[in-house]
Amino acid sequence: MAERKGMEVSIAIAEAASVCDVDCIAAYPITPQTHVVEHLSEIVADGDLDAEFIPVESEHAAMSCCCGCAAAGARTFTATASQGLALMHEILFIAANLRLPMVMVVANRSLSGPISIWNDHSDVMTERDVGWVQVFAENGQEAVDLVIMGHRMSEDKRILLPLMVNFDGFILSHMVEPIEMPTREEVKKFLPDFEPQQRLDIDNPITMGPVGMPVVYTEAKMAAEWAVRDAYEPMVEIMGEFEKEFGRKYKPVETYRTDDAEILLIMMGGISETAMTWVDKVRDEGVKVGLVRFRMWRPLPVDDFKKAIAGAKVLGVLDRHFSPGGPGGPMAQEIKYMLYGQDHAPKIVETVVGLGGRDVNFTDFDQIFDRCKTVLGGAPVPPFELIQVRGGHYGKA
Amino acid sequence: MLELRFHGRGGQGAVTSAELIALAAIAQGKFAQAFPSFGPERRGAPVMAFARIDDKKIRNRTAVSNPDAVVVLDPHILHIANSSDGLSKDGIQVVNTMRSADEIREEYNLKGRLITVDANHIAEQEIGRVITNTTMLGALIRATGVIERELLVDELKVRFGRLAEGNINAFNRAFEECCVEKG
Repeated sequence: MAERKGMEVSIAIAEAASVCDVDCIAAYPITPQTHVVEHLSEIVADGDLDAEFIPVESEHAAMSCCCGCAAAGARTFTATASQGLALMHEILFIAANLRLPMVMVVANRSLSGPISIWNDHSDVMTERDVGWVQVFAENGQEAVDLVIMGHRMSEDKRILLPLMVNFDGFILSHMVEPIEMPTREEVKKFLPDFEPQQRLDIDNPITMGPVGMPVVYTEAKMAAEWAVRDAYEPMVEIMGEFEKEFGRKYKPVETYRTDDAEILLIMMGGISETAMTWVDKVRDEGVKVGLVRFRMWRPLPVDDFKKAIAGAKVLGVLDRHFSPGGPGGPMAQEIKYMLYGQDHAPKIVETVVGLGGRDVNFTDFDQIFDRCKTVLGGAPVPPFELIQVRGGHYGKA
Repeated sequence: MLELRFHGRGGQGAVTSAELIALAAIAQGKFAQAFPSFGPERRGAPVMAFARIDDKKIRNRTAVSNPDAVVVLDPHILHIANSSDGLSKDGIQVVNTMRSADEIREEYNLKGRLITVDANHIAEQEIGRVITNTTMLGALIRATGVIERELLVDELKVRFGRLAEGNINAFNRAFEECCVEKG
C-alpha cells in the first residue's frame, strides 16, 4: 500500500514519471518550466532513475528530441507550459501523425499578451487540433495517476499516440498536498515494458515521416482521425484496470451531485474542486445543482457527456480561454456541437472565467448560477460573457 | 478547517513556513495544502503564502481570504501590507516584533488576538541569519496547537539537514518565549 505523503504536485509528477521508469526526458529548463523536469533532472543525476535527461535549447527542440527518443523505442516524457507549449506547436502535429507514444504534462498557464505566467487554459485550448490524446487532472493525485495511466495508454498497440496530461498551473503545480505515490513495483505490474511496433534501428532501416503527397495526405488525416477516436475504448479499459490495481476510479466524464439537478455547471481542471465545495454549500440550502467535468478531452467523449447531462435544463459552461471575435469559449462550442439538433437540448449559458490567474471563487459560481437560473426562468440566453471583468462584463452594456 | 496566511518578503521563507506546517499536518494524518501567492518572486518584495489544515479532504483552490491565523514574518511589512485583511472573528496574528502587542496594535490598527515574538533576535542568535520562518512557526504552533510540536521538528530535520539544529533551537525558543495575549 502506497504511503500518503505531503508533496508539491510538480514534484509528485516527477516522481510518477520516475516510477514509470521513463527512458528519455527532453526539456527546456527555463520559464515557463515547472519543478517537474527540474526534479526529474535531480532524480536522474542522483542515479535513482536510469534515463537520459536531455536539456535542450528550446521547447521546439524539446519536442523534436522527444520525437526522436520515441521513434528509437524509448519511453519518453516531458513537461511544459504556456509559451513553451506554443513553441512546440508545429512538432506536436508531427509527434501525433508519426504515432509516437510519449507523455507530456502541461501545467496549464496563460499565453502572453500581456506577459503572464498564471493559470488558465489558453495554452492547451489552442492545441486542440494537434492529434494528441488529451486528459485533465483536478488534483495532484489525479495528475500522478494520469501520468502512470498515460504511459500505458500512449504505448497501447491500439492507441500509439502521444498523450497530454493537463494540470492547472500554480493552483495545482505549486500546491503542497497529500499524495499516495505508487511504488515502482506496483507500477511495473500495471505498466509493461514499451514494445514499439516500429522503431528507428540502423540494422533494419525504415523511413519515418516522409512527404505526404496530395495523393496520400487526406488518407493520412483520415487515419489520424480514427487513431484518436479509436483511443476511447482502450482508454476506458485501462482506467478500469487502473482502478482494479490502485483502487481509484476514473471516467471520461466525471459527475458530482448531478441527481435531479436542473442546472449543471460544466468545467474541467482544478477549479472543479472549489466548485464541488460550492455545490455542497448550495445543495445544503436546498438548491438542486451539480457539476460535470471533462476528464477526457481528446477523444471527445460525446456519449458520456450526453449521458452525464441527461435531464438538465440549463448548462452553465465555465471556459478558461476564448477566441477573440469568434464564438466564445472552446468547451462551450464543442458542447453546442454535441447537442445541436437534439430534441429537448438544454440551454447553454456560456461564461469565461479565471483568465491569467484570476481566482475562481464562490462569488463567481454564485454569479454564473444566477445567470443560469434566469435562463431557466425563461429569459433569453445571453451571448458568452467574460465574468470577473472589473466595471462590467462582456457586451459593453 | 484552519486557514493560514503568511506575510513576508521574498527570501524570508514565508512559502517554506506554509509548506512545513502543511507537511507536518499531513504527517499527523490530517489533510492540508500549502501554496504561495503566485507571482514572479523577487528577493525583498512583499510576498504571501497560504495553508489550509482540516480533518477531511480539502476541496478549495482559491487564495485564503478569511484566515483564522496570520503570521507576519517581517516587522516592517506592516507598513505596506494589511495583515488584518479578512481576518476571521476570533482570528489571531503572530507577529515578529520586539515591541509590545498594544503598541503595534495601536500603530497598525491590528485586529485579532496578538502573539508577539522577537524572531529577528532569536534567529540571529540561533541560526546566525535573520531568516525568521522557522522561528515564527514556533510561536504559531504555541498559539494554535494545531500540530504536534515534535512532528514539526521532524519536518525541520528533513528540510534543513545539517542546518536543522539551529532552526530547531530557534523554533523551540520562539515556542517558549513568545507572548500570547489572553483570549
